[in-house]
Amino acid sequence: MGAPKKSAVRVSEDTDELVRVPLQAILLADSFTTKFRPITLQRPKVLLPLLNVPMINYTLMWLESAGVEEVFVFCCAHSKQVISYLEKTQWLSQPNFTVTTIESHNCVSAGDALRLIYERNVIHGDFVLISGDTISNMSLTEALREHKERKKKDSNAVMTMVIKRSKPNPAIRQSRLGTDELFMAIDPDTKQLLYYEDKADHSKAILHLEKSLLADNPSLSLHHDKQDCYIDICSPEVLSLFTDNFDYQHVRRHFVKGLLVDDLMGYKIFVHEIYSDYAARIDNFRSYDTVSKDIIHRWTYPLVPDVMNFGNTATKLERQGMYRASEISQSQSAVIGPFTSIGFGTKIGNNTKISSSVVGEGCKIGSNVYIEGCYIWDNVIIEDGCKLRNAVVCDGVTMKSGAVLEPGVILSFKVVVGQGFVVPCYSKVSLLQQPVEEDSDEELEYADSTSAITSKVDTSDEEVASQVLDTQLHSASELGVGGVGYIWSKCEGGHEEEWRHSVAPIPADKISEAMKIMEDELELTYDGSILPPSGELKPDCNDSEDDDNEDSRDDTYFEKEVEATFLRAAQENIQEAHLILEVNSLKLSYNKVAADCAGAVFYALVKYALDTPHSSADSLLQNVKDILRKWKNVLRPYLTDIDDQIEVILKFEEMCSESAKAFAPLFTSILHFMYEEDIVEEDAILNWDDEKKDADDSDKVFVKQAQGLIEWLRNASEEDDDDEEE
Amino acid sequence: MPDVQSLVNDFVNQLKTRKIEGSQATAKQTAEFIRSVISQQRVPHTNQAATLINAVRDVGEQLIAANPVELAVGNVVRRVLHIIREEDHSLTTAAVAGLGLTAASDDENDVDRDDHPVLSAAVVAAAARSTLRPPSLQTLLEDMPDSAAIPPTSSSGGESEGKSRSMDKGSIGRKLKHDVIEAVNELIQDIATCYDQIAEQAVEHIHQNEVILTLGSSKTVLEFLCAAKEKKRSFKVIVAEGAPRYQGHLLAKELAARGLQTTLITDSAIFAMISRVNMVIVGAHAVMANGGVIAPVGLNMVALAAQRHAVPFVVLAGSHKLCPLYPHNPEVLLNELRSPSELLDFGEFSDCMDSASGAGSLHVVNPTFDYVPPKFVSLFITDTGGHNPSYMYKLIADYYSADDLVVKRRAVTGN
Repeated sequence: MGAPKKSAVRVSEDTDELVRVPLQAILLADSFTTKFRPITLQRPKVLLPLLNVPMINYTLMWLESAGVEEVFVFCCAHSKQVISYLEKTQWLSQPNFTVTTIESHNCVSAGDALRLIYERNVIHGDFVLISGDTISNMSLTEALREHKERKKKDSNAVMTMVIKRSKPNPAIRQSRLGTDELFMAIDPDTKQLLYYEDKADHSKAILHLEKSLLADNPSLSLHHDKQDCYIDICSPEVLSLFTDNFDYQHVRRHFVKGLLVDDLMGYKIFVHEIYSDYAARIDNFRSYDTVSKDIIHRWTYPLVPDVMNFGNTATKLERQGMYRASEISQSQSAVIGPFTSIGFGTKIGNNTKISSSVVGEGCKIGSNVYIEGCYIWDNVIIEDGCKLRNAVVCDGVTMKSGAVLEPGVILSFKVVVGQGFVVPCYSKVSLLQQPVEEDSDEELEYADSTSAITSKVDTSDEEVASQVLDTQLHSASELGVGGVGYIWSKCEGGHEEEWRHSVAPIPADKISEAMKIMEDELELTYDGSILPPSGELKPDCNDSEDDDNEDSRDDTYFEKEVEATFLRAAQENIQEAHLILEVNSLKLSYNKVAADCAGAVFYALVKYALDTPHSSADSLLQNVKDILRKWKNVLRPYLTDIDDQIEVILKFEEMCSESAKAFAPLFTSILHFMYEEDIVEEDAILNWDDEKKDADDSDKVFVKQAQGLIEWLRNASEEDDDDEEE
Repeated sequence: MPDVQSLVNDFVNQLKTRKIEGSQATAKQTAEFIRSVISQQRVPHTNQAATLINAVRDVGEQLIAANPVELAVGNVVRRVLHIIREEDHSLTTAAVAGLGLTAASDDENDVDRDDHPVLSAAVVAAAARSTLRPPSLQTLLEDMPDSAAIPPTSSSGGESEGKSRSMDKGSIGRKLKHDVIEAVNELIQDIATCYDQIAEQAVEHIHQNEVILTLGSSKTVLEFLCAAKEKKRSFKVIVAEGAPRYQGHLLAKELAARGLQTTLITDSAIFAMISRVNMVIVGAHAVMANGGVIAPVGLNMVALAAQRHAVPFVVLAGSHKLCPLYPHNPEVLLNELRSPSELLDFGEFSDCMDSASGAGSLHVVNPTFDYVPPKFVSLFITDTGGHNPSYMYKLIADYYSADDLVVKRRAVTGN
């Protein structure tokens, strides 16, 4: 027993030496963004429930268990709500963990908040900078030790960022948490952060690194599979830096990038990577969904519902990841699927199905309701026969019977959805009207509008109530019969792509679309003979089928180009030689062979014939003959080989069956004409026939049609042969 | 009281965040904590025992709720409650005996015991009274000195109590608290020394040239094996690594450092190795009243393998691990699922868990405990000696009072 005691004593001595001041933390209880609107108009983000527990509890609990002794909670929007919530909970009365609130109404960004805290002069040593929506179970000791050691050696090492490995989705270039792909350059030896880019220009798939970066650092590793946990260990200098640079607003966008670019002051930022621990920030609805699922899957242990036991109601974990609080009344016939959490006192009716969802406290769910992947908060009433998929439903919402929520819907507080009404995908519904001023400078605007709205909400519930009455009068139609609330217009605040940040899974077509775009990008980079910036950008699964796709797409481009060139030539009477030259250059730039050109030119000719006005099939045939006769010299250079000629026949066949059905009855006569004009040789036609022997009947339509011609050719050739033999 | 409450919150937090781990450490710290609660509790003149019991219950309920999986917390709370009852009773009987069979003895001192007639209380011997059932052989043997020691106190203390009752109430109160704290100290001592007590019996069980198999790491097992080694027994130990926490690696290192011939195997090789093993010795997380064992994950598999080859399966458990509950009891949460990060690296597999792109189909389950039914256990070795599984309920009845089995319900009615 002696040994462990001794070591414990030694450890505490060590920490005493290192930390003369208690470890402090700044918790920003405001994210200064608008991603969670319209919900955040009425309740601050940090108080939004995550598995029925307000988020800020997770953050505080982690800070407490990580050994932080003093936390300053900075409240801005809805500060009253945050403070009164903290007063209600036990956080303000912990013996070894002091929580102090700092209130401000005129801060519009994290930068302002940090400047204000600097003025208060409350931070005396290293501190942890975190926002109130960060979930983690990491141990700080190692990161702190590294930070302090670096600080001893180099006083310019002002900040340590915590990062974690997490692969971004290769198709849509965003992480699991719905944030954009993040590129970082890190010195592998010292772990110094050299480059940070979270808004990389995907359209070009090119990153620009300063030349000096490569010159100054002997080694450098570029990562794009790291996730920024938004947990920073900062030295007190960080606060003064914010004060010196009064234009720093955003911690990442301005401060981190500012320090990285600025070589005058020589401040350095380092990273600390965590492996087995969990850390993530809830930045948007997508990450809300992802982090909730991670908690249900217990990655955040011990911050999981059955262990945390926050509040007074114990939650128990049952088989297959079902978390159930006490006093749930559930019908025998109701089916509650795996990875679901049901809150205290919720009632569930007959034949209701709930899967991978979170249901809050005191909800009433009727019969035959179908709920999948939803986040339903407290005191929600869902009547019989409703269907909800991948939606967020806030406190006090009522869904009348038969209402349907399509994926990605957000229903803010106390909204009523009318009977049988279908709320379309990705809609955001609130009792409050959508604020109008949105565009110019988002951050500044945001603060103004929030504070205005906040005060409105805070001051008078009656006003909201009267608004509600208004709503009932005005927009009864907007949410069906008896519905209350406004559907916000979709293109809001530059969220051009809602599916990126929604709780709903990304639709399959979006993924495939993104895959295509990515391939196109790759193609462009190859065509421009620029190597892709890193091997990682190339998808691993670039197999033959993708190549096929590329080829076919390429073909159509090429064909269009050739067709356009030909039309111009036909209209402007350009010389044949010039046209051939142009087609040749296209052939080179698209990396095509003669057969492709033959096909394309032929296609252009026939298309031209088709587009020339004609009254009947006969006149069309005449058109084709005229045009072919006139332009056959253009075709000729590409028809040196039998294969090229077969290509032309195949092309023609394809056209007859697909794009230009008018030619179908004329197939044989045109083929015969082409034979007569020496565009195609006898052998080509016979080979084509041979090739088609094994094909399906559907492919043989034209072979049969041309049977007479083929027979005649065969006989002729046999006769020739016979002649030769004789 | 606010002081106590904030202390409780602090301790509850430590339990919640799983900062205190391992049943021995938990038991010890819980006992120490309850001792401080008792010593801070102000005792009124009347009804001291009930006050103490309520105080301990209130705190105990919160502690148990903080970590329902760690049964040692509940065990210690119940042990302390039992101690209070016993001490109170021995004092009351002493007082009653001193006063003789006068009618005045029917006073408030006995409120706590009013379900028992005074007469019978006076008649029943102190040792036998602690249990409401016929005395077991062990209690008879163990409690002999106690019952012998009681008569002198009753005769000596009885004189003064008879003279001035106002004074003796206070002294009884102080004495009760004092006695309880003394007894809790003993309990803490017991918990601290349970390793030694168990290890003392090692030589009786481990014989020359035997092969012992164990899984994971247990301090009790380590001490047990080392004690046998110190007694010049030479034997081999096979350690299964105990995935996913791999504490077997630590045990193997420790054993090898102490000069034991050690072989480390994977958990999956247990069945292959079991045929050459003479005895399986493992530690437990908790022993239930039916003789079933809550043990680190993987032990059920070991037990099955041992049974298949008729290898004795021996479980070492300190008395603080004996739990008076049955495993079908809904109050017992048998298992705890820990973080999947012990099994696999989040970063490497993060794309399989990206629910957004529809690939989120990978689920990881990481249970901490196994339940080994009593029929697989050949022998329990506790600090009081070796016992058959079917005997555990009796052993448990010696340590706990039947009134305390459910800590929660009584606390609610008590308030």
